[in-house]
Amino acid sequence: MVSQSPAPTAEERVWAVLGTISDPEIPAISVVDLGVIGSVEVDDEAIRVELLPTFVGCPAIGVMQQQIGERLASLQIGRVDVEVSFDPPWTSDRITPAGRERLRLSGFAPPRLAPTPVSAGLDELTVLTLAECPYCGSMNTTMENAFGPTLCRAIYHCADCRQPFEQFKRI
Amino acid sequence: MTASPPELDLDTREALAELLLSVADDEFVIGFWDSEWTGIAPMLEEDVATSSIAQDEIGHAKALYELLAELTNDDPDRIAYGRDASAFRHAALLNHARGDWAFSVARRYLYETADRTRLAALAESSHKPLALLAGKMRREETYHLLHADAWRRRLAEAPGDTRDRFAAALRRLWPDAQEVFAPLSHEDTLVREGMLPRSMGELHGAWQAEVRPVLEPLTGRLPEATPSVGGRERRTADFEWLHGEFTKVAGAEVGALW
Repeated sequence: MVSQSPAPTAEERVWAVLGTISDPEIPAISVVDLGVIGSVEVDDEAIRVELLPTFVGCPAIGVMQQQIGERLASLQIGRVDVEVSFDPPWTSDRITPAGRERLRLSGFAPPRLAPTPVSAGLDELTVLTLAECPYCGSMNTTMENAFGPTLCRAIYHCADCRQPFEQFKRI
Repeated sequence: MTASPPELDLDTREALAELLLSVADDEFVIGFWDSEWTGIAPMLEEDVATSSIAQDEIGHAKALYELLAELTNDDPDRIAYGRDASAFRHAALLNHARGDWAFSVARRYLYETADRTRLAALAESSHKPLALLAGKMRREETYHLLHADAWRRRLAEAPGDTRDRFAAALRRLWPDAQEVFAPLSHEDTLVREGMLPRSMGELHGAWQAEVRPVLEPLTGRLPEATPSVGGRERRTADFEWLHGEFTKVAGAEVGALW
């Protein structure tokens, strides 16, 4: 029996468009895979999107808001509101499995998933310094600088394949 | 932002505004002092790191000024760039020019540890927009603390002049560092309403208990010091110079848009 897939809902169309919008600082990953889309609501009047910044001071927030606004306006569903929200706060665990793989393929170590409560004291900070080399998979790596070319990136060096690489920070 | 001003009476609103301004001004001013190192830090890695930390801090200030502006029906840019130097309410710790690298590391360590203590309380504030923002800031500040603590160890373990300069900077900044916890004039209201879940006095005690054992092996016994009323109202020539710098562009063409 052949089932006909129903026409996509307005909300599905919005998500489909969002899936094609790249992060302005790491174009390999979409805003959906990055996990910065908190929620999408669509009604007769407007599309409302909640945008969860990766970092509070991320200078790309305005660019993302504008791009999302422009691309969704082209759906001609209605007004587009893109609101910045910290509820819930973005964490690096929001990056999707597909997003993590895309990061790795473009030479970024994905942030580590191991839970590390930030409240519990200095020693836990060392956990933040661990990263797996995206080129050879080695854990024999050292953090060269917790601060990289953008707020969300740290710089590492792999002692096995001798490549410098960046990690999307665990946060 | 989703933070529509809740039904707050005038007193509560004033109290909350004072709290938001104090934290925002701390972050804003330390961000600008740190940015002074861009291009001239002792090594390239530190140039990048200090610039990145400065960007984080100014970003935090921006988000806090936005919360404040919503509460007081003001404009965040005006609050940041349109005030006289005398209207700033940062702690006295942030009144000093950046000094040498040891001095900057000493201040950063004192500030980051104090800020972490404060953010832990604010993350449980009954004012939800502030609690959410503080929770988010805390995750980022962990990296600042990692950085400050690594440098604290490095300078404390270095021989001779390096260690001496660092210890001297810590001793000099110690009294002013207390002022991060200077009592706020409407603090009773904030504590009663759960907006500031622990009083500044309690937070100060917790911070001292944490940092004294870390610093005193290097500095010797640090003097008894308590935060003072007005610890956020003293301004210095150093700060007036910085204020002139960071308001220069906004002041050159008032109301310009870009």
